[in-house]
Amino acid sequence: MAEITYLEAIREALFEEMERDPNVFCLGEDIGAYGGAFKVTEGLQARFGESRVIDTPISEIAIIGAAAGAAHMGMRPVCEMQFIDFISCGYDMLTNYVATARYRAMLPCPMVVRGPSGGYVRGGPFHSQNPEAAFLHTPGLKMVYPSTAADAKGLMKAAIRDEDCVLFFEHKYLYRRIKEEMPSGDHVTPIGKARIAREGNDVSIITYAATVWKSLEAAEQLEREDGLSVEVVDLRSLAPMDDAAIAATVRKTNRALIVHEDTRTGGVAGEITSRINELAFEWLDAPILRVTAADVPLPYSPPLEDYVLPQAADIVKAVRRLAAY
Amino acid sequence: MTKTTDQIGADNGEAAVTTAGRESGAALTRDQKLELYYYMRLTRSLEERLVNLYRQTKVVGGLFRSLGQEADAVGSAYALDRGKGDILSPLIRNLGSMLVQGALPLEILRQYMAKGDSPTRGRELNIHYGDLVRGFIGQISQLGDMVPVMAGVTLSFKMRGEDRVGLVYVGDGATSTGAFHEGINFAAVQRCPLVVVVENNGYAYSTPLSKQTAARELKDKAIGYGIAAETADGNDVIATYEATKRAVNRARSGGGVTLVELHTYRRKGHAEHDNQSYVPAGEIDRWESSNDPIDRYIKVLITAGVDASELAAIDARITEEIDRATDEADASPMPEPTDALVGIYADPPVEQPLWFREGVRAAVEVNERPASWGTHDG
Repeated sequence: MAEITYLEAIREALFEEMERDPNVFCLGEDIGAYGGAFKVTEGLQARFGESRVIDTPISEIAIIGAAAGAAHMGMRPVCEMQFIDFISCGYDMLTNYVATARYRAMLPCPMVVRGPSGGYVRGGPFHSQNPEAAFLHTPGLKMVYPSTAADAKGLMKAAIRDEDCVLFFEHKYLYRRIKEEMPSGDHVTPIGKARIAREGNDVSIITYAATVWKSLEAAEQLEREDGLSVEVVDLRSLAPMDDAAIAATVRKTNRALIVHEDTRTGGVAGEITSRINELAFEWLDAPILRVTAADVPLPYSPPLEDYVLPQAADIVKAVRRLAAY
Repeated sequence: MTKTTDQIGADNGEAAVTTAGRESGAALTRDQKLELYYYMRLTRSLEERLVNLYRQTKVVGGLFRSLGQEADAVGSAYALDRGKGDILSPLIRNLGSMLVQGALPLEILRQYMAKGDSPTRGRELNIHYGDLVRGFIGQISQLGDMVPVMAGVTLSFKMRGEDRVGLVYVGDGATSTGAFHEGINFAAVQRCPLVVVVENNGYAYSTPLSKQTAARELKDKAIGYGIAAETADGNDVIATYEATKRAVNRARSGGGVTLVELHTYRRKGHAEHDNQSYVPAGEIDRWESSNDPIDRYIKVLITAGVDASELAAIDARITEEIDRATDEADASPMPEPTDALVGIYADPPVEQPLWFREGVRAAVEVNERPASWGTHDG
C-alpha cells in the first residue's frame, strides 16, 4: 500500500466514514468546491454532493451550533474551522451548549470540530494557535491531537464514531511533511490511549502533536551524545488523558519532562504535572520539568517564532538537567 | 395582518380565510379554540402555583413568569403540527409553548423544586429541559444560542427529506446577539424549514427596546437576511396562531425561514426578585387592565357563543390537575448526590469520585439545600 501524508490520512478517514455512514456530513467555510484552505476536504463535495459537504457563511457559532442541532437528530456532523484559531469565535457554543448537552438535557451531541492548528509555519498570532488548554477545562468535550498520519486517520474515524463531541486538532506543520503506510482494514485508533513513540529507561518525555517529532529528534541526539535512553510518550488524546500511560512511564524512568508547543502558563503541562504528583510522586527522582512556548502571542517573523517555540535543543537541555539528578 | 379582537370569532373570521389562507383562526374548531384557552389558563395557573411554592421556599432558585405573554407562547406553538414531528425550542417566557407540545405540570414543578426525578434529574433549572419525542428542546441561558441549534435541527429535516418544521423563540434582547445573527443567516442561506419567533415584550431584563436596537421594528431585520416576515399582536392568541401558521406553512412548503415578530408586554420582572423599578409608572397597570391576553380571549369566546360555565369547568380541571401535580412533586425525592457524576459522556458513563469524596454521599445532608441560589435571587 502506498504511503500517504498526514493530511491525506485525514481526508481518507473523512471519505471512508462518509461512505460508511450516510449521517456523516461536513460543514465549514470554503470546504466544498474549493476543498478547504488546506485542501483537506478536496474531492469530498464532488463525491458526496453539496448537501453533505456544505459551504457555510463565515459563522463559527452557526457552524458549531447547527452541527449540535443536527447531531441531536442523529446526524454525525464534522465541522471545519478554517484555522483552529477561529474556534474561539464559537467558544460559547462549544462550552456552554455542546459540552453540557448530554449532562443537562440528555441530548446526544456526536460531532467533530476539526481544524489546522499549531505553529512552526510563520503563520503569526492568528494562524498558529494551539487551543487545547482553553478546552481542557471544560467537562463534556473530548480532544485529540495526533502526531502521525496513521493516528490522524484512526483518531478521525474514532472521533466521528464517538457519541460525544470531539475536538480534533490537526497540526498543519505535519500536514505534508510526514507520510506513512496506513494500517489495513477499518483502522480506528481508540480515544484516550497514549502511544509509546520511543522506548527508553532513563528519562520520560510526555508530549503530543508536532513536539513529538522535536522530542524524538532530541532523544536521538541524547542517545548519540550522552548515551541516555529517553522514552517519548505521545499522548494523542488530551481529553480523556491516559493517566495509566503517564504513571507507567514515570514509574519506569523516575524522571519526567513535559513538552508542548502551546504557551506555558495554564497550559496542559501544568495539568500533567499535577497528575504525576497525584499518581506517582513516590517514584520521582527529580522535579518535573516542562518545555513549552514562552507566554507571548506567537510572533510571525522566523527569528521570533523560532525563539518562542520549543526546539529540539531546548528539550536536550532539559533532559540533561533531569538526568543529572 | 394583526386583527382586533372583534374580528376574531366564529362568524367574523371569514375575511381572514381569504387573506391568510385556509389555516386562519376561523379554520380552528370549537374544541381547538377551547384548547387554546386551556393552555393559556394552564400556563398562568401553573405559574401562580409556582409563586406560592417560591414564597414557601420550595422553589430552588429564580422564578420566571410569563404573565401577560401566555397568548404569544400558546398561539405560536399551536401552529406547529405535533403529528408530523415538528420541534420547537422555547425561551424562558414560553412555558405555554412547552405545555402545547406535551410538557406536564408535574415535570415543571419537579424542575423548579430541583427534584431527583425531574426531567433533568436536578441538573438544570426551571423550564430548561426538553424531549425530542414530544418535540421541544431545552434552552440554555446564553440568549440567541438556540437559533443556530434549531438551524441545525431543521437542516437535518431538510437533508433527510422529512416533512417537519422547527420553531425557535428569542426575545427582543436576543436579537442583539451574534448567535441570533449567525443562526438566522445560516438557516436563511440553507433555506431551512425554520420559524424564528421574536417575542417583543418591551424589556430585556431592565433594558427597554430603545436601548437594545435602533431598528424601527424587529421584523425589519428579516429584510437583511432575505427572509419573510410576519407580525402579530402577541396578546391576541388567534392572530398569533395565524401569523405563525403562515410561517410554518411557508417553511413546510420549502419557502425557508420566516421571522415572526409578536408584540406583547412583560408584566412581571425578569424574575420574581425583580422589583421593576425601571418601568414607567402606570405602564403595567395599563396593560393589565386593557390588554390581558386571557381576558381578551374570554371575550372572544363568549362572543362566539361559549358559555362562561364551560370556561369555569376548564379552570376547575386545571386547578385539580395542578393540585395533584404539586402533591406529587412535593413528595418527589431530591437527587442522590453521586448522580452528579453520571452521564457527562456516553463513554466513560460515570466520572470517578474525587478521593476526598470517596465513600461519602455528599458534603451536605440529603435534605439540606440553599435558601436561594446564584444571581437570580441576589
